Amino acid sequence: MKILVCITNVPDTTAKIAFTDGDTQLNKAGITYITGPYDDYALSRAVELKEQLGGTITVLNVGLSDSDPVIRKCLAIGADDAIRINVEPTDSFFVAEQIAQVAKQENYDLILMGRESIDFNSGIVHGLVGELLGIPSISPVMKLEIEGTVAKMTREIEGGKEDIEAHLPLVLGCQEPIAEWKIAGMRGIMSARTKPIKVLEPTGQVTTTTELYTLPAPKGAVKMIAAEEAESLIDLLRNEAKVI
Amino acid sequence: MALTESNTSIKGGEFLIKDIDASHIFIPEEFSEEQQMIAQTCLDFLRTEVHPRLDEIDYAKDNSLMVSLLDKAGELGLLGTAVPEEYGGFGMDFNTSLLVAEAVGAGHSFSVALSADTGIGTLPILYYGTEEQKHKYLPLLASGEWKASYCLTEPDSGSDANSGKTKAVLSEDGQHYIINGQKMWITNGGFADLFIVFAKIDNDKSLTAFIVEKSFGGITMNAEERKMGIKGSSTRQVFFNDCKVPIENMLYTREGGFKIAVNILNIGRIKLASAVIGASKQVTSQAVNYANERKQFGTSISNFGAIKHKIAEMHARTFASESACYRAGQNIDDATVDLLASGMDSAQAKLKAVEQFAIECAIMKVHGSEVLDYVVDEGVQIYGGMGFSAEAPMDRAYRDSRINRIFEGTNEINRLLSVGTIVKRAMKGELNLMPAAMAVGKEIMAIPDFGVEEEEGILVKEKKVVKNMKKAILMIAGAALQKYMAAFEKEQELIMNLADMLIETYIAESTLLRVEKLIGVRGEAACSLQQDAAMVYLHAAVNKTANAGREAIMSFAEGDELRVMLMGLKRFTKIEPLNLKEARRRLADAAIEKGGYIF
Repeated sequence: MKILVCITNVPDTTAKIAFTDGDTQLNKAGITYITGPYDDYALSRAVELKEQLGGTITVLNVGLSDSDPVIRKCLAIGADDAIRINVEPTDSFFVAEQIAQVAKQENYDLILMGRESIDFNSGIVHGLVGELLGIPSISPVMKLEIEGTVAKMTREIEGGKEDIEAHLPLVLGCQEPIAEWKIAGMRGIMSARTKPIKVLEPTGQVTTTTELYTLPAPKGAVKMIAAEEAESLIDLLRNEAKVI
Repeated sequence: MALTESNTSIKGGEFLIKDIDASHIFIPEEFSEEQQMIAQTCLDFLRTEVHPRLDEIDYAKDNSLMVSLLDKAGELGLLGTAVPEEYGGFGMDFNTSLLVAEAVGAGHSFSVALSADTGIGTLPILYYGTEEQKHKYLPLLASGEWKASYCLTEPDSGSDANSGKTKAVLSEDGQHYIINGQKMWITNGGFADLFIVFAKIDNDKSLTAFIVEKSFGGITMNAEERKMGIKGSSTRQVFFNDCKVPIENMLYTREGGFKIAVNILNIGRIKLASAVIGASKQVTSQAVNYANERKQFGTSISNFGAIKHKIAEMHARTFASESACYRAGQNIDDATVDLLASGMDSAQAKLKAVEQFAIECAIMKVHGSEVLDYVVDEGVQIYGGMGFSAEAPMDRAYRDSRINRIFEGTNEINRLLSVGTIVKRAMKGELNLMPAAMAVGKEIMAIPDFGVEEEEGILVKEKKVVKNMKKAILMIAGAALQKYMAAFEKEQELIMNLADMLIETYIAESTLLRVEKLIGVRGEAACSLQQDAAMVYLHAAVNKTANAGREAIMSFAEGDELRVMLMGLKRFTKIEPLNLKEARRRLADAAIEKGGYIF
């Protein structure tokens, strides 16, 4: 089993987001970076599959050298080697192109990634990679078993779940509970020292530019109204919120 | 870390008479990516395995949950960080093992179980065991397959550890020692597979240590102790009834046990100091969050100055303790490297290095545990009524903190030890204290330095304040020693005062040096909060030093000597006024904005 796991280097979930340079850049001061939480689950499942079936895991990140600590953590968790495409990940298509470029040369059985990143949350890179490679892509996958050359998956759909079978190779967008979340052990951390990170230059052109970032409006205050006081709810909706 | 000549030449306790260059101390901001990853592993482990189960751990009917947590920690390699690779561990240096202790420090009872297992349970074998003993036991302990405990204390032998009554007698065939006696407050007792037991052979005056496997038989236990805090850690009375220990399981030498106990406790003390830093950071974060969420008078209580004061103090004291802890840790690592280079074997070098810094270890233990007690106390206060409720985390934090001032040598014993060791080293000529004390004696008789020729540089004035604090200690210690001579050690109240001065001076100096070094790397603008923390701490340290000094002087000096020394103390504890309220507000505001501990 030859697995590629694509990971994002994203601000910690508790980071305070602010912008600089006329709201065109993220203010990185004081921000801790982590592996995208959904990507973490993809990697964890890859590690479990490798334990079960053997094979190799390569981690791929599109990002500058500030991604290296997060990449090394993935190596510590169980990836064998890593590839970093040395460019700022500006938009989904550009990132998908970079991944596809590497994947075309390597014949991976599985390309796993999170269902979406948690900074841009576009959630389309797996689909784009699948199209660029001409192989199926499925997301969000919550369960994944491999039997021979067939992947048996459970996918979340609107209002329920869907069981799917598909032949490898595949691109999958993953989410919990696809695997047990893994912590890097001491042995892994020590061995990550010697695992290689190959740095490749990007191909293709960045076609998008960011004009402006804005933060979502702060959430309004919430009022709790007990179920038995439905009348006061109607009163509030009618007279205070003026929506009915 | 890079080793410089001046680095290695720093001896334990020497901070009192030597100016240390900021470039020669280690600061936590210098931890490598790998070290940070190790710490993150510990934090991840607490977050996923321990914190969701704190109640379950504390009120468990048996030890199975704690054992399974230690097993999981063992699988991750967290029990073998300090054990060399040849014995199945990871051979991390001393400062990394302190960082690990800090990172698991917020684990409440689990943290205590882990540190007893990896510290006092494992280290006696690592440092004093024969090759056979190390190869036999360390891999089992480093992997977590076996759990360890340490049996020193007895019902009538606590701080006076060498007075234990447990006996070991050679069997008739000369193949075993038969151990009989009773041990108390044995952490991990309920599930340990291995006990480090201290006993006296025949009518020896001093203790001998033994490695005792549970399977040797003759070991019984009382029920779990009911305790104020750390309720989930196993604490038992352990009885040895004709426990047969093979002679090859004697550890180190006959009557060498007390030395083991003392040296292992040195390590335990500074490790405790780093563990309580981890707990202090967590409690501070929780308190800041709560203060942000809790609304009274129409606003978050974190907007009130009285609360900001507490949040800032929690930060300043924790930051200060951390600064000194890793400074001392690196001194120990550097001294180890130095001793290794002189041809000493690895275990001996590490032990000797820790022994050299026994004063700093004692200082750190006292300071760290008292900072955590302050932090949890204010944590409860910030939570208000909820702080008193067992539903909120402060209840457990408050109760669990208290033991830290008692175990690994009470804070009183450690205060006595810190001053006592300095005096002992001065008497032996290892620490050149007398010329420095005499110079101070001369200085107080001379015209005061009005400080007209100020040097330029980062924190120069503040470092001069610390230098003067050192002079105050030398002045009082010198005069007291002259007066009491050999009876000095009986003046415990005076020694407590001197210890307080010593602790405040070491911590304040470490904090300033850390900030100075950090400014050198990041620039002044990026370190303004660290500078605020250092200034808040320094002012408090000067006040404490002045108060303790005054108490000390008044306890033994009279007439002219009393007046001259009080004047000298006033001169040595002078500090320029600073608007500390504003400094504290800046610290608190940053924490409130972040929603947690900021450094």
